[in-house]
Amino acid sequence: MATAMFKGGVHPEYRKELTASLAITALPIPEKVIIPLQQHIGAPCEPLVEVDDSVKKGRAIGQSESFVSAPVHAGISGRVTAIGPYNHPLGHKVEAITIESDGLDEWDGQIRPLENLEERSPEELLGAIREAGIVGMGGATFPAHVKLSPPEGKAIDTVIINGAECEPYLTADHRLMLEEPENVVLGLEIMMKVLGAGKGIIAIEDNKPDAIRVMQQVVGGKPDLSVVPLKTKYPQGAEKMLIQVTARRQVPSGGLPLDVGVVNHNTGTAAAIAEAVLTGRPLIERVVTVTGEGIRRPANLKVRVGTLVSELLEFCGGLKEETRKLVMGGPMMGLAQPTSDLPVIKGTSGIVALTAAEVELYESGTCIRCARCVDSCPMNLVPTFIAQAAEHGQFDRAEKLHAADCIECGCCAYVCPARIPLTQWIRIAKAEVLARRKTK
Amino acid sequence: MNDRLVISSSPHIRTVQSVRSVMVDVLVALGPVVAVAVLLFGYRAVVTMGVAIFFAMLAESLWLRRLNIFGDGSAALTGLLLAMTLPPDVPWWITAVGAVTAIIIGKQVYGGIGNNIFNPALVGRAVLVVSWGSRLVGPIWPQPKPFHFLADISAVTAATPLAGEAEALGTTLSQIFIGNVAGCLGETSALALLLGGFWLLYKGHIDWRIPGGFIVTVFLMGTAFGGGFYNNSLTTGLFHVLAGGVLLGAIFMATDMVTSPVTPWGKLIFGVGCGLITMLIRLFGAYPEGVTFAILTMNALTPLLDKFTIPKKFGEVKQVA
Repeated sequence: MATAMFKGGVHPEYRKELTASLAITALPIPEKVIIPLQQHIGAPCEPLVEVDDSVKKGRAIGQSESFVSAPVHAGISGRVTAIGPYNHPLGHKVEAITIESDGLDEWDGQIRPLENLEERSPEELLGAIREAGIVGMGGATFPAHVKLSPPEGKAIDTVIINGAECEPYLTADHRLMLEEPENVVLGLEIMMKVLGAGKGIIAIEDNKPDAIRVMQQVVGGKPDLSVVPLKTKYPQGAEKMLIQVTARRQVPSGGLPLDVGVVNHNTGTAAAIAEAVLTGRPLIERVVTVTGEGIRRPANLKVRVGTLVSELLEFCGGLKEETRKLVMGGPMMGLAQPTSDLPVIKGTSGIVALTAAEVELYESGTCIRCARCVDSCPMNLVPTFIAQAAEHGQFDRAEKLHAADCIECGCCAYVCPARIPLTQWIRIAKAEVLARRKTK
Repeated sequence: MNDRLVISSSPHIRTVQSVRSVMVDVLVALGPVVAVAVLLFGYRAVVTMGVAIFFAMLAESLWLRRLNIFGDGSAALTGLLLAMTLPPDVPWWITAVGAVTAIIIGKQVYGGIGNNIFNPALVGRAVLVVSWGSRLVGPIWPQPKPFHFLADISAVTAATPLAGEAEALGTTLSQIFIGNVAGCLGETSALALLLGGFWLLYKGHIDWRIPGGFIVTVFLMGTAFGGGFYNNSLTTGLFHVLAGGVLLGAIFMATDMVTSPVTPWGKLIFGVGCGLITMLIRLFGAYPEGVTFAILTMNALTPLLDKFTIPKKFGEVKQVA
């Protein structure tokens, strides 16, 4: 029943059984939240509040005039106690607003649903999405309203909801599809209306048969929507692979999905859009999978954005002694963190604690030219040559080998028997190549 | 807790495979071939294989000043592959010289594993062939004595099928397929070689393009130009595939990762080139067998093949939406 394949890819151990059957649990309201003013790709927000201000839940506390940006909102009601730099998942400190809870958890009075949904214009819907501060929740954190505003002349006919969740360990999207399928579908329909797209696809890897079934039931009878099962293979959820497999279109090199008439969004983004339009409530919470062999009681948690990771870990029984790595996101593309003293942001899909058994400290060997990286690369590159070029500072050669097309999925480094950090080398090459293009 | 958290670039998980596990898998794939060699040639096979493996490992660990003699397993594999290309009655010191040459001249002088241009085992064999040719390439070969482990095999001699007297000797294709013929230790049994080959394909350690291109080319050229041994030309093609070192070369030598291309098209051209040169030597050259020099020649072309066969990247062809 699964559809066609993309070239390359890998089959890591998925370990989703740790949390796949656990219902989403709401984390108790934290005593404080730390809301970074930048949780998205684009311009950072300017604070709209000052220290000692009282805020209610859902009030915008940071915003930018720039189009490519997304406002941030108070995740709890309480008092602003600090505005200043704080640890951020991207590895540097970012300006953040700290709010201490008043224990009341009251919504801001201004929040109102969009009434008569059917009669709302695409512009009104888009405005609601923008105001709700919704960004790509799979981890890319690109502002949703920007993706939903294609430039003149780019007609979008298909919207794809990415429910592949191909990263090992993570089950947040899986649970969301099981527990809030109507929201996911409504979010898709809203996006189709905004874009004037006639076709909606919900794509799910076939290692989640229950999610496929539930989504099919909800979609049933709607002729413009379909659920497409995908073969389970990493990186099935990478947008270029997803579009090739579901819409049979290849995004041109250097191009965007909208160049082939497609917009795709993550499951969580769709649900957040539905929530924002139905209730007027901005994006202040999300589902986070806390898992890995290093977690005592793995869980899928509904968490206020801005909650400290340390609180999530505590709720899950804390980290085991043998924990050696804390990854924000999935283990293939996520970012290793030096501390749990940092907030959950809009793009935090999971927190994976890996133990000594999985965290291998290795010395990279010499390339034995086994070509596994070549076979595994979904972008059809030759990773080992690009890595060699980067190692030798030959960035012209790296560019000729298409370093800039790398999607950083990690397959090459995953399969390398010589343990060469290929993805890391290619990242270096890619950054250099892109920087040179800019200065040209 | 915090001071023990490791920070590194993604991906954070890795395959369990290592260079060593790959080498061990290839050694295991040679199991059936080793078994047939011992079955046919008895203790002489054991001695030749043992000497080759030991001296290869010894040379490598001395060169690298490494205490672990097995290391990543690549030296043991080189030694065993070299033994496979030697006649069963070869004196042990020739085997030892070949093994040391394979490791030092074939591999370490280039900088060790991953850096050598030529297949080390075949470098070792090539040096032996030009140094002690009469003891390595016939025309007189010991006749196998199946199931006689201690038999003195050199007492009874015969020609290998390829040396041109197959028909006169009454060698049938099925005998060649099973391997009950005279020849080098590892090349007699097509069945055992194919078993190992399919396992390597299944494990993903070799790509079908190299052995496929090699074998199909030999078959087609044998069919078209072979003549001679059998009247039926298709049989001649099959004979050229099964007899001699083609299968050993195609499955275990040409597929050596270090010395073959990494790109899909490069691999296919490499395989076809190996087959082409093998047949040119067999049909028109001075030696009855050409696998060794065919593969070594194509090894030299590997960097060039890689350079000109970089795959078309995803999204290069702009599709109409």
